[in-house]
Amino acid sequence: MTVGALRYRRLKQRRVFGSLGTALALLCSVLAAGSLLAILGYVVVQGVSAINWNFLTQLPHPIGVPGGGVGNGILGTFIIIGIATAMAVPIGLLTGIYLALFGRGPIPEALRFLSDVLSGVPSIAIGLFAYAVLVAPLKHFSALSASFAFMMLMLPLLVRTSEQAIRSVPQTVREGALALGMSNFRATVRIVLPTARPAIITALLLAIARVTGETAPLLFTAFGSQYWEANPNNPMAVLALQVFNYAISPYPDWQAQAWAGAFLLVVAVFILSLGARLMLRRAMRGLDS
Amino acid sequence: MSATSAIAGTQLLATEDLSAYYGERKALGDVSIGFRRKAVTAVIGPSGCGKTTLLRCLNRIHEVAFDARVEGRVLLEGQDIYVSGVDPMSIRRRIGMVFQRPNPFPTLSILDNALACAPRGLSRQGRLDVAERALRSAALWDEVKDKLRTSPLRLSGGQQQRLCIARAVAAEPEVLLMDEPTASLDPIATAVIEELMDSLTDTFTIVAVTHNMQQAARVSDVTAFMLADEHGVGRLIEMDDTAKLFTKPSDHRTEDYITGRFG
Repeated sequence: MTVGALRYRRLKQRRVFGSLGTALALLCSVLAAGSLLAILGYVVVQGVSAINWNFLTQLPHPIGVPGGGVGNGILGTFIIIGIATAMAVPIGLLTGIYLALFGRGPIPEALRFLSDVLSGVPSIAIGLFAYAVLVAPLKHFSALSASFAFMMLMLPLLVRTSEQAIRSVPQTVREGALALGMSNFRATVRIVLPTARPAIITALLLAIARVTGETAPLLFTAFGSQYWEANPNNPMAVLALQVFNYAISPYPDWQAQAWAGAFLLVVAVFILSLGARLMLRRAMRGLDS
Repeated sequence: MSATSAIAGTQLLATEDLSAYYGERKALGDVSIGFRRKAVTAVIGPSGCGKTTLLRCLNRIHEVAFDARVEGRVLLEGQDIYVSGVDPMSIRRRIGMVFQRPNPFPTLSILDNALACAPRGLSRQGRLDVAERALRSAALWDEVKDKLRTSPLRLSGGQQQRLCIARAVAAEPEVLLMDEPTASLDPIATAVIEELMDSLTDTFTIVAVTHNMQQAARVSDVTAFMLADEHGVGRLIEMDDTAKLFTKPSDHRTEDYITGRFG
């Protein structure tokens, strides 16, 4: 009987603590999600009014001339990220494969450590490095140096996530391929990599999202341009850079355009993250068996 | 020694003083065993007795694990498959393997799974023929012939396992190693696989690991009993015709095991 009474009292206590905990967790979640929603809402409210076809397709206008757009910056963003991706994917993927399949011993451990360090290096330091090796010696700013900086930012993410993606392919699948007499190379390319592909693409999308809004390394690499520029050897306009320059300008016109540019960047990152989530869902489904 | 050579003619595959290690840990100790041609040999024993490790040494898949190594000899048609210069890939084509859990390749269609190691450069029709033959011999053709291009993950566990058998059979190996092939299947799917094993002995030499003694008694011609010694090293205790081993085992440990006194 006393046991029953004891139990009952404890149950009450647990219920109180339980609901307190739930309330606290809920409050924190609201704060976390709420601040994000506040930022998004503010950017949308401020930015969406300045978005129109001209803004997306035209060159910036000189101060005082109304209208104009960030068309060259959008193009530049695509070019710089495209080149960065083209460089980062093979290097990152091959390193990831190497770490996943032969990842024991001092060299792979060192690689992992370096990759983790690289992912923690501030982007402005990476921009400075790109400046030192690709801008200063050549004596001119270039989109290529910005791509190089972006590649360095994307690499650690790609290396570690592709390693994880390949590792998460069940060992039984790989052994199944080897047991059929496939070579290690063929088993990797034909069986393991396709199984890991959705997860790798997820990582790639997240890596692209990561650099899409990067501004600091662009300041002394791509530098910016007032013109249509598609030659990666020249300075190039980039959306994030335009947002930065317009935002610190004293002109209300430009400030409005900065908000609109920020809105575009947020939309781009949103779409990339959404795509990443969808791919991840596919990845989970593929590995369920 | 003379006994070994006397039965060599009927043995396609044999081991001599085979030991296997994972790093410092010895998992299998000095196993000498021969497998009769076109018969089912069941390897039974409690968990951790080294039976799966023995199986994995026979097609050189053991060495795929990190830090794993092998001592002793494995003879396929009298040729040691562990001497340097032997290509493990060619060995694995001659000695196929079916795993404990069905492991179809998730990104390939049923058809491409069945053809995963078929010769390259076949015509479209040639590929279909190879696949049909393999799927028929795995008793799966009628169930999948209308959905060859779909994902194998939609098949039931038993169907997936038969697909894995078809995949191994398509390589036209001489030996088929089966590592507890029905451990993850329900009784009906198990019965189908067991029936299949019986029909496959027309073509293949089968070595099947199982911890299900009834299964060993049902499907095998010869049974080997393994047990870990006090150091955890897997040893072969005895091997005999299945009927004899289950009725009149010569070692008391075998008798203890099959009468359910341990394990």
